[in-house]
Amino acid sequence: MSNLLDVTDLAVSFRTRSGLIRAVDGVSFSIAEREILGIVGESGSGKSLTVLAILDLINDPNVVIAGSIRFKGTELIGQKPGVLRRLRGGAIAMIFQDPMTALTPVFTIGAQIAEQIRIHTELSRHAARSRAVDLLDAVGLPDPARAAARYPQELSGGQRQRAVIAMALSCNPALLLADEPTTALDVTVQAQILELIRKLRDDFNSAVILITHNLGVVAETADRVAVMYSGRIVESASTTALFADPHHPYTWGLLGSMPALDGIRRPRLATIQGLPPALNRRPPGCAFSPRCAFVRPACINARPPLTGTEHQVACIIPAPERATARTQALAA
Amino acid sequence: MAATILRRLIHMIAVLFGISVLVFLIFFATPGANPADRIAGKNASPQTIARVEKEFGLNRPLPVQYVIMMKKLFISRNLTSFVNLGEKVVPQVFKAAPITLSLVSGAAVIWIVFAIVIGALAAAFRNGWVDRTLMVLSLIGISMPVFWVATMANLITQGVWHHTWLFSWVPPLGYVDFTASPLGWFKALIIPWITLAILYIGLYARVLRAALIETMQEDFIRTARAKGLTERQVLLRHALRCSLVSVVTLFGLDFGVLVGGGALLTEVVFGLQGVGYLTYQALETLDLPMIMATVIYASVFVVVSNAVVDIVYAAFDPRMRLRR
Repeated sequence: MSNLLDVTDLAVSFRTRSGLIRAVDGVSFSIAEREILGIVGESGSGKSLTVLAILDLINDPNVVIAGSIRFKGTELIGQKPGVLRRLRGGAIAMIFQDPMTALTPVFTIGAQIAEQIRIHTELSRHAARSRAVDLLDAVGLPDPARAAARYPQELSGGQRQRAVIAMALSCNPALLLADEPTTALDVTVQAQILELIRKLRDDFNSAVILITHNLGVVAETADRVAVMYSGRIVESASTTALFADPHHPYTWGLLGSMPALDGIRRPRLATIQGLPPALNRRPPGCAFSPRCAFVRPACINARPPLTGTEHQVACIIPAPERATARTQALAA
Repeated sequence: MAATILRRLIHMIAVLFGISVLVFLIFFATPGANPADRIAGKNASPQTIARVEKEFGLNRPLPVQYVIMMKKLFISRNLTSFVNLGEKVVPQVFKAAPITLSLVSGAAVIWIVFAIVIGALAAAFRNGWVDRTLMVLSLIGISMPVFWVATMANLITQGVWHHTWLFSWVPPLGYVDFTASPLGWFKALIIPWITLAILYIGLYARVLRAALIETMQEDFIRTARAKGLTERQVLLRHALRCSLVSVVTLFGLDFGVLVGGGALLTEVVFGLQGVGYLTYQALETLDLPMIMATVIYASVFVVVSNAVVDIVYAAFDPRMRLRR
């Protein structure tokens, strides 16, 4: 099966007075058509920058993007602005974290969706407006015709996120980049939005990259998960495999910090000691080594490669020792 | 909406009342500014001053004087000048108002158009040479005193180069009524318009540039880019509309102040007998009724244009409609 998107050795760096800072440090992943890939990581792990780099949407004159991003075989890095612009909102659409600020306050919802439709299609103004209303209906906004005539600030957060999703879907994107689409919403609305994103694959045939810091969101929604730490992917596997058999100590830490909904509730949630390294002072070896309970000399100097085929992990703990270490980590 | 307008109206009347009381007190109750002294002339005998006080009602209690003056100003409109005896004040203000209004409105059109073009260009090419050049020019425009620019403009268009092809069309200083000759009106005012506009072009272009650059950092600009809009569409459609609010605010204040007599220097240098000119003359001779009339007129304009700005806000930015 050919991949829809192949990201190889992507590096996003920023020029600063003290030299280049690599915020995304050699990330590789691919996504097949109709696949939902979850990217998990804490704030500053580079997950947002990774997807913003796909469409060259990082608005910073000092950014340097290196590596390769191939979409349907076309290289996107260094691509002409015109080509990228036609992809944006067309074949690749994006949903942002905060629906409160993601829409222009001075235009109605309908006008903003119609604007995007008219960029990418030949539809007339009128036809674009009625398609906008249809889309708002499709994402489950009640009374879509009236919602289309409203301004963003007249809708609730969940309604706005639906409107943003409707806008992203307006040109049947092959790939949808969702950057923490539910973080700013309350839990019940969150579940509805995730359900909506899952449905997109069936209704619109879209592949989705879902960025989140919430493992629960990933477990519910994604087919495959990549865990990012300090600008690198440390583990990547199918969702079932990742939750059943996590390989990386950082993933153990993440799982340990989640409250259990069934089974025995621990009195206190586990925490990962320390803080992620500053991006300009990343250790030469494994970036997680200063916080890892299972660190060994070999971790300090050489960066562990991402190994494995289906279930990839960037950790040198040998497979036989992994199970005992994990039991130890999750029991702590 | 009706309630808002009503509230606005009450607010306006309260402000106008406050201003009129303040101005009245400044001129009638300030020690040393005894109006009777002025009217009686130099070295007048105490008897003469007393007679003048009686004649003009200046010996009555201040609140009574205030009410009488307001009555003469607004109801009977027969307030007369203290200096040019017998001359009625209100018609003079009404004669001067169209001149000032012509001057300021024309200049406003020029400065708004140029400021938007320059501000948008500077923001689009920010930190490039286009931006730097435009911003330096704006700063020069802001820094040049208007009376100097006006004098220079006169010197060039009326003096040294008046007989060349470039400026031979410039009419002599003064105002031509629009109804008498639209073209003459335009010719008489175009140089004053540009002169008055220069300062505001610089000011507004800088304000708009700053507002645009700030707006361009907003999340919705990233959304607009992610939709596939070109950089120009993002700037002109999404960012400009949101940034114009700051310009509208400034415009309401500046326009009111200028129409209320703030264009004094331009009017005096170009010999346009507008409200500013009138105020200037009245202040020189301490003609209290005239000062009262022009100040009240000016404050009406400031307050009214502020109210208009609030309405324009709502048109530009739906966020404003939800407030209150």
